Amino acid sequence: MPLSTSSNFARPDDAFRAVVEAHRGLTDEQSADFDAALVLILANHIGDIDVLREAIGLAKRRMIDGQQQQQQQ
Amino acid sequence: MAQAKSQFGYRRHPDQDRPGQDPAEHAVVVVGAGPVGLSLAIDLAQRGQRVVLLDDADRIGEGSRAICFSKRSLEYWDRLGVADRMVAKGVVWSVGRIFHGESQLYQFNLLPEDGHKRPAFINLQQYYAEAYLVDRIGDLPDIDLRWRNKVTALEQRNDSVALTIETPEGAYRLHAQYVIACDGARSSLRQMVGAEFAGQVFEDQFLIADVKMTAEFPTERWFWFDPPFHAGRSALLHRQPDDVWRIDLQLNRYADPVVEKKPENVRPRIARMLGHDKFEFEWISLYKFQCRRMDRFIHGRVIFAGDSAHQVSPFGARGANSGLEDAENLSWKLDRVLRGASPASLLESYHAERSMAADENIRESTRSTDFMAPNSHQEARLRKAVLSLAKETEFGKRMVNGGRLSVPCSYESPLSSPDADAWRGGPSPGCSMLDAPVAEQAYLTDAFRKGGTDFALLSFSNGAVIDPPDGVKDIRIGGEGGLADPSGLVAKRYDAEPGTAYLLRPDGYVAARFRNPTREAIAAALSRAQGLN
Repeated sequence: MPLSTSSNFARPDDAFRAVVEAHRGLTDEQSADFDAALVLILANHIGDIDVLREAIGLAKRRMIDGQQQQQQQ
Repeated sequence: MAQAKSQFGYRRHPDQDRPGQDPAEHAVVVVGAGPVGLSLAIDLAQRGQRVVLLDDADRIGEGSRAICFSKRSLEYWDRLGVADRMVAKGVVWSVGRIFHGESQLYQFNLLPEDGHKRPAFINLQQYYAEAYLVDRIGDLPDIDLRWRNKVTALEQRNDSVALTIETPEGAYRLHAQYVIACDGARSSLRQMVGAEFAGQVFEDQFLIADVKMTAEFPTERWFWFDPPFHAGRSALLHRQPDDVWRIDLQLNRYADPVVEKKPENVRPRIARMLGHDKFEFEWISLYKFQCRRMDRFIHGRVIFAGDSAHQVSPFGARGANSGLEDAENLSWKLDRVLRGASPASLLESYHAERSMAADENIRESTRSTDFMAPNSHQEARLRKAVLSLAKETEFGKRMVNGGRLSVPCSYESPLSSPDADAWRGGPSPGCSMLDAPVAEQAYLTDAFRKGGTDFALLSFSNGAVIDPPDGVKDIRIGGEGGLADPSGLVAKRYDAEPGTAYLLRPDGYVAARFRNPTREAIAAALSRAQGLN
């Protein structure tokens, strides 16, 4: 099954908000620790190495695009 | 501290009296009398080859070095006639525990099922293993073991290799059809053929101390992340015979080896770990490790096996064990080539299969090492997340990497015939055979070993007899005169029905498997596995 990038939440704002609120009150260091744990928990839940690799690819591509944009500015 | 456990004498050989322009000609010269070279020489001699085995030293046993020998290695040593002695002396174990701080994260059992002749692992100092192999060589007149014979030059010729060998009485020359370089991580033969040996160097340093003490710890492998006695780093405790314990402590990358190795500096660290200082040192060594391999294991008529060809970190017991797998993979192929039964191109499959295994071993041991010594803040952060998740989740426990222990590699091999039938289990072509009981105190691996190890056809009777091709051993389960399957485990482990058959290579790997095969199908798979087409 390929990575799903269509909107899967009935209320996407709730999902975004849940992650945002989890970071409230955390220092950057704590936030990074939190994210690391969350990524691993979600990765295991997905349980499909191909989907995980695709997701990593998508996230990485975004970062490269971002760097190129910065360089152009 | 470290003393030689066995001392051997240099003896002059008539080859040394031959004129330089007319050197003695040999079929096989093995260089290096470590576990790999000794085992390879025994295997070749058991197949009827005459072997010259050279070693530049005249003693074994400085430091315990490799200590964990796998089930696979023990099954190989069974075929070489030395496993009983190894197991009798060794410490048998299958359970490991992983701790984080003061608390246990989880424990694992590497062989949780019954019905195998050999245990998951034994711990045995390398010098005992070597001494038993040297003793076995004493029974085999076809092996000519020459101590203090150091290869100093090598010249590849069309049909042979010319070696120059230095001895206490001066140099002499030999010609060999094939030279097998089992001369370790610092292989001088590798330099002589001009091969690169590049890979990843790990900056973290590890301290090995083998200490002698009487202790009540169970016979298990204990691994700590961030233990109270060694804050922020990892530690390993493992039992060896003779009340010797292997302790492995991670140090930082800036530690000064000379200072750290001094017994007066090691002692307080170990005392903190054990809670007492009633122990003596057997061996102390400080090391950094590397994960790397040669591009090509075969250079003309020089073939590399063991640490000379590939090197891994020690976490996972993949060094000596993979070297022994090299030996068992190479010896039957080399024997066939020397007898003219297979073309020299069969040797190419040694490189294909064993370099694939080396890649797997390097990948596994690199992952373990990276987990123990994270390379960046973010890697450390991910590790911290895994260790904390391991306390309450099963998936977290499984992600904790304190060393993944050696199991045989599955080969994607040109020698394997792909499955043409349907299978729900059992070892597929390219996988190692599985053991199972065939009677009380008798196992499938015994049946495989009996009568010499050539190819074998393992078949499950359906009333009609499947005749194996010429020269292929017949191992039949059930039917008249067949072996029993008292626990049903043979059929279960091989997903067998009446009429099922497995073609096993001389190294115990599956070449092909069938449901109700024709003679032609078996013959075709055999030719392929022998490199004949």
